Amino acid sequence: MQKWKEKAVKLGLLGASSTSILIVLLIFFYLIKEALPFALDPGLSSLSGSLWAPTSMLKESFGILPLLTGSLLVTAMATIIAIPVGVIAAIYISEIARPAEREVLKPFIELLAALPSVVIGFFGLVVFVPLVKSVFGLSTGLTALTGALLLALMAIPTIISISEDAISSVPSSYKQASLALGASKLETIFKITVPAALSGIVASITLGIGRVIGETMAVLMVTGNAAVVTMNPLTSVRTMTATIAAEMGEVAFGSHHYRALFWVALILLGITFALNILAQKALSKYKLG
Amino acid sequence: MVMIGNQTPPQIDEPEIEIDVQNLDFYYGKHQALHDICMSVPKGMVTALIGPSGCGKSTFLRTLNRMNDIIGGTRVEGKIVIQSKDIYAPNIDVVMLRKRVGMVFQKPNPFPKSIFENVAYGPRIHGIKNRAQLQEIVERSLVRAAIWDEVKDRLHISGLELSGGQQQRLCIARALAVDPDILLMDEPASALDPRSTQRIEDLIAELRGDYTIVIVTHNMQQAARVSDYTAFFYEGHLIEFGKTERIFTKPNNKQTEDYITGRFG
Amino acid sequence: MAKKKTEKIVYGVIWFVTYLVVFMVGYIIFDIVIKGLPAISWGFLTQMPAKSGSQGGILPAIVGTFYLVIGTVAIALPLGIASAIYLNEYSKPSTFTRMIRLGISTLAGVPSIVFGLFGMGLFVLALGFGKSILAGSLTLACMVLPTIIVASEEALKAVPDSMREGSLALGATKWQTIYKNVLPYALPGMLTGSILGIGRAAGETAPIIFTVAATLLPRLPRSIFDQVMALPYHLYMLATQMPNQTTIKPMQYGTAFVLLVIVLGVDVVAIIFRSRLRRKNKW
Ligand SMILES: Nc1ncnc2c1ncn2[C@@H]1O[C@H](COP(=O)(O)OP(=O)(O)O)[C@@H](O)[C@H]1O
Ligand SMILES: [Mg+2]
Repeated sequence: MQKWKEKAVKLGLLGASSTSILIVLLIFFYLIKEALPFALDPGLSSLSGSLWAPTSMLKESFGILPLLTGSLLVTAMATIIAIPVGVIAAIYISEIARPAEREVLKPFIELLAALPSVVIGFFGLVVFVPLVKSVFGLSTGLTALTGALLLALMAIPTIISISEDAISSVPSSYKQASLALGASKLETIFKITVPAALSGIVASITLGIGRVIGETMAVLMVTGNAAVVTMNPLTSVRTMTATIAAEMGEVAFGSHHYRALFWVALILLGITFALNILAQKALSKYKLG
Repeated sequence: MVMIGNQTPPQIDEPEIEIDVQNLDFYYGKHQALHDICMSVPKGMVTALIGPSGCGKSTFLRTLNRMNDIIGGTRVEGKIVIQSKDIYAPNIDVVMLRKRVGMVFQKPNPFPKSIFENVAYGPRIHGIKNRAQLQEIVERSLVRAAIWDEVKDRLHISGLELSGGQQQRLCIARALAVDPDILLMDEPASALDPRSTQRIEDLIAELRGDYTIVIVTHNMQQAARVSDYTAFFYEGHLIEFGKTERIFTKPNNKQTEDYITGRFG
Repeated sequence: MAKKKTEKIVYGVIWFVTYLVVFMVGYIIFDIVIKGLPAISWGFLTQMPAKSGSQGGILPAIVGTFYLVIGTVAIALPLGIASAIYLNEYSKPSTFTRMIRLGISTLAGVPSIVFGLFGMGLFVLALGFGKSILAGSLTLACMVLPTIIVASEEALKAVPDSMREGSLALGATKWQTIYKNVLPYALPGMLTGSILGIGRAAGETAPIIFTVAATLLPRLPRSIFDQVMALPYHLYMLATQMPNQTTIKPMQYGTAFVLLVIVLGVDVVAIIFRSRLRRKNKW
């Protein structure tokens, strides 16, 4: 009787976990399955062009270059802004702030990570877009720079939170040794503590980039969504994520365009997978160290 | 070289045997942790397992209630007969075995439940639902474990709020509540202060006779104080087994002598 | 002396940068609360939208988000918790389980829009559920499933093995041990992590745009095959798809405010839950 119950429970749990594993596999396989036929017709080479015009009447064109450069441009700018800000704030919270201040600052900043991206996008639309427009005297504030500012805002809490953990877990014996040698507190921070926490900081940055590159709504709302190859931060761009969001509603099931969007998704998946592995590597290093 | 000793227990006034271990080998994966152990644990007495750290005392103790089963990749050869049943036979119910053979761990591990619920846990598992009956068992077990007077007014507080020594006696009460015949204790006092240790030793003396107790200890004086029989383990081998008095005064084996006189270990 | 001076400046810069971030967070929340609160009224919360959303209330969007959360929880929570129990308590560590964990953690980092595309392709089109609560909940459930599994496994790992051994040594079976002496201690942690994930799902837009969200549907859903409005998508729509941007500002802020209250409210509940728990279980 009892034996039967044990067996039944185990079987039930096994069933549940198999289902979960199947779902994970299903997602990966389904994305590949929907993307794959595109490799035969019209062929993968058509992805390499620099014109994204999937619904053109004359000749549909699936060059993903503008989408890649769009994502690259916004992500790079956001990262450049977010890294120094995030790391510096992490240093302040972990090493300089008073204990009570620290208790308040960290959760408050982490609130930012909890805000839905559509809310941040909305805020960008009503605050950043007019700001960028007037500061640079543009005809529209819907630019790559605006998107990058918002994305930096979204990456910063991730960077702060994980970097702060890494910095504050540096053994205090290191710091004391440095201070005992006559180094000032700042010298100790920059020469001892931060280098010792480096792999954790790298992990935080990697995860931050992962968040930025996969972000959809905020960029969709403020970058203007023009699919052009450009490196000018003051022009409108269209990212990979925004492309999927903007176009998947109109595609015909099974069409070239439909499959091309799955390729874009696969590329995103590949990038986030690589970033995830990198971050795990860096994290495990700092947890050991 | 280690001498493999299979001393038969002393023949004088022939005690009744509760646990009979026959040619026991134990493996963690490829690593053999116990070699050909033969030992007869007498009923109602206290048997101490001594030996340097890593010699297999805990491993041996845990073969007696099959707690090693939960570690993956382990393997047992040989026989352990408890109350004339081979406990590694395929038709053995591990649940019933562990009900007969209670265990107390090195680090006190009260559950984060009330004192009452800690002690009632075992009886409940074994199907006792009647509140009055549970209450009776809880009180009897706590009295038996010599902690009733300290906790009788606060049975509802968490077991984690007790001191280390009290926690360990609570764990003993918890083990007694399922009414075992045998009690296995793995260094039950090693995490405790001297006073608490004293109380545990008193308690063991108290329980002697009603339970067959097998206790691991790294403390030689403790073994000498509390036990009737002593087994000396070394590198996975049982080197010597016999009456505690004799082992500590006239050990047959050189290694045993060296160990109990503190020359190595 | 010069060294002292540069140190002062560096400290100043560090302080400034940190409080700039704090200011931004405060500004966003303050802005939405100050401008959103006045837009909130009983009518706003309980009426149907009118004039293509530029007037009236947001009731169907609130109800829609509520249904989506319920649907997601109903699918993902039992599945995720049961999977975590199996993975952590029953399965033996092997290359296979390592691969599974890699797959799960990878999925946790996949952009939400990719889930949206997957959900549209599989649930809406291939399986023919159409845009519906069912398709949307399934999509969101796929998205939060890894979070729930990871959080639940962590909560299970936090229960010391001595709890399992102690119970087994008393003659409890494996499942009795898990059910009576592991789950009760792990459950609050499991739920906290899961609630945080679900709160995030409630605020997501990308996965629901093409799996369930209706632009304007001034009625309440009748079955799981109905489309619904949802707060995040409604805000997106009000902010980007409406011509008269200045006159509908209060509608936008009001919607943003309600969304914020729901999402942060869920988080706050989870966090209070967790800090309570931390104080309780000190093994
Ligand atoms: N779970 C385990 N897995 C593998 N080897 C183990 C495990 N537990 C103990 N061992 C090994 O078995 C031997 C005996 O250990 P143990 O029984 O704990 O010794 P003692 O209790 O006498 O200190 C040691 O070499 C130890 O490394
Ligand atoms: Mg031991």
